[in-house]
Amino acid sequence: MTTISYLQAIHDAQLDEMRRDDRVFIMGEDVGWNLLGSTDGFLAEFGPERVRNTPISEAGFTGAAAGAAMTGMRPIVELGLTSFMYCAMDQIVSIISKSTYLYGGQARLPLTLRATMFYGGGHAAQHSDRPLGTFMSVPGLKIIAPSSPYDAKGLLKTAIREDDPVISFEDGRLWTATSEVPDEDYVIPLGLAEIKRAGTDVTIVAVSGAVRTALAAADLLASEGVSAEVVDPRSLVPLDYDTILGSVRKTGRLVVTDPSHRTCSPAAEIAATVAEDGFWSLQAPIVRVTTPDTHVPFSPPLEAQLYPSAERIAEAVRQTLK
Amino acid sequence: MDVSRDLASEMYRRMVRSRSFELAATEKLQAGEIPGGLHTSVGQEASIVGACLALRTDDYMVGTHRSHGHPIGKGARLDRLFAELMGKATGVNAGLGGSMHLSDFSVGSLGETSIVGSGLPVAAGAALGSKMQGSDRVTLCFFGDGASNEGTFHESLNLAAVWQLPVVYLCENNGYGQLSAVSAMVSVPDIATRAVAYGMPGVTVDGQDVVGVYHAVSAAVERARAGAGPSLVETKTYRYHNHSFSLPPRPYRDETEVEEWRQRDPVELFRARLLADGILDDAGVAAIEDAVGAEIAAAIAFAESSPYPAAEAAFEHVFTNPIPIRR
Repeated sequence: MTTISYLQAIHDAQLDEMRRDDRVFIMGEDVGWNLLGSTDGFLAEFGPERVRNTPISEAGFTGAAAGAAMTGMRPIVELGLTSFMYCAMDQIVSIISKSTYLYGGQARLPLTLRATMFYGGGHAAQHSDRPLGTFMSVPGLKIIAPSSPYDAKGLLKTAIREDDPVISFEDGRLWTATSEVPDEDYVIPLGLAEIKRAGTDVTIVAVSGAVRTALAAADLLASEGVSAEVVDPRSLVPLDYDTILGSVRKTGRLVVTDPSHRTCSPAAEIAATVAEDGFWSLQAPIVRVTTPDTHVPFSPPLEAQLYPSAERIAEAVRQTLK
Repeated sequence: MDVSRDLASEMYRRMVRSRSFELAATEKLQAGEIPGGLHTSVGQEASIVGACLALRTDDYMVGTHRSHGHPIGKGARLDRLFAELMGKATGVNAGLGGSMHLSDFSVGSLGETSIVGSGLPVAAGAALGSKMQGSDRVTLCFFGDGASNEGTFHESLNLAAVWQLPVVYLCENNGYGQLSAVSAMVSVPDIATRAVAYGMPGVTVDGQDVVGVYHAVSAAVERARAGAGPSLVETKTYRYHNHSFSLPPRPYRDETEVEEWRQRDPVELFRARLLADGILDDAGVAAIEDAVGAEIAAAIAFAESSPYPAAEAAFEHVFTNPIPIRR
């Protein structure tokens, strides 16, 4: 085992897969210059054919990834920040998500779209998006949202090996987080949640950066004598409802937290599903802890209050225990 | 005419196939047997067929929302295309795509996209795939005058040029983007001149002359295949029918203009030339037309007798590697 950072895990997953399969290549703005820190040394090892700096043309190069995938390549697209995905929205939704379906299964699109949720750092509304729910509601896209270096490496390797388009939503607040990863090759299947902390009194389903916050909340609650179970879905499409419903059957209480806006967030979808399929297990109303439906402000004290915090999650849990 | 007898006959055959297919489709649409709308290329067949025949079968082609003739030009079977128009299970897209999304990957027709301009980046990517695999395949990308005003036109041509991709961008300038005249919507008289901005050759040709289109596109294909990068070819052509059969007619153009263009009908022009040059005689022309007529009749019969997809088919092909669909 080696201890590495979340950003290093993303780097290592790509490195492994590019060494493993010649059809894998990466393109994006300044990937050759390691702009965002996930492609250090790639240009030197793989050369400019497989490490492609692109013009600032998100629709152009994202659509090009679709065409390259349809003709036998396995592109990784580093879109940079999630906010830039909107420039490529038509290519992602109309082309990438739909081509396998529209052409009756003739088209395969084995490609990975990577984007960082770059929030919490004073970058204001146009650089801080967490559009998880936006893309979950588009059929044809698989989505991973890793919360640790171990998960980031294992899930991203799976994504690159998938024969379908996968969006990797990476949490910029976790870039420097560390954990141990095995030295040998490993992958994490899509659709397999992990119980990050076992507990008996309440289930906290947490997504992406909110997992770390939920674990901090669970520590807080433990000091109050409350045993919280923290479940991380790890992939949002497919989403492992069996593990979530199993946990709720055990605890009878549910808090769901993710960094998206409240409306149509992963938390909203998970809450709705548990309300439909797990209602008779519930002993209290479900509570969501998300980002309010306002834009992300620039000024640090304004921004900091908006995202799920350990205290907000703990308070939500206390509400379910009343 | 600088092309072989066989090629000239094949050009005529494919133009007649495209024309007959679309006229048959409009009848079926008006009879209520084809759902949705229908955007025809009737009047544009020389551009389509001349360009497609400049390709090899293993080259790639990307079409538009107005692209029935394009897979036909590339060599696709008519029966599964017609079945697709009717939404049948035997359709080339399994009944999931319809008129605006015809495809046939078996002949390199990578599918049509119905969002104007959205196919241009995909074509650049197909060309990138070929280049990275060391293949000499070329990608032909059709788009219309309207798409030349989309951001994807700029992004794709620039990307194709800076990466020297083996792609030929073919603008079918049919005079109208939906209902608006090119003269009112495009900043230059010849869209091919926009190629200058991307450092690639641009040429404008008579889109009613199948042989002229063939030669212009062949030169661009040869250049791409040799590794010299992308080109832009503009064909000046004309759309006889309204934008779509699902929309009501509007007085956006003068009927005399349509009549003037019909005087230079690409199918009739080429038939006259074949006869004048002695490449085909009347019997040869009739033989092609009769064979196409029989092929169309068989395609329609195939489509009519095919079943609709089973209800469960709506949930297939969302992914290549399926996951449970939430319902």
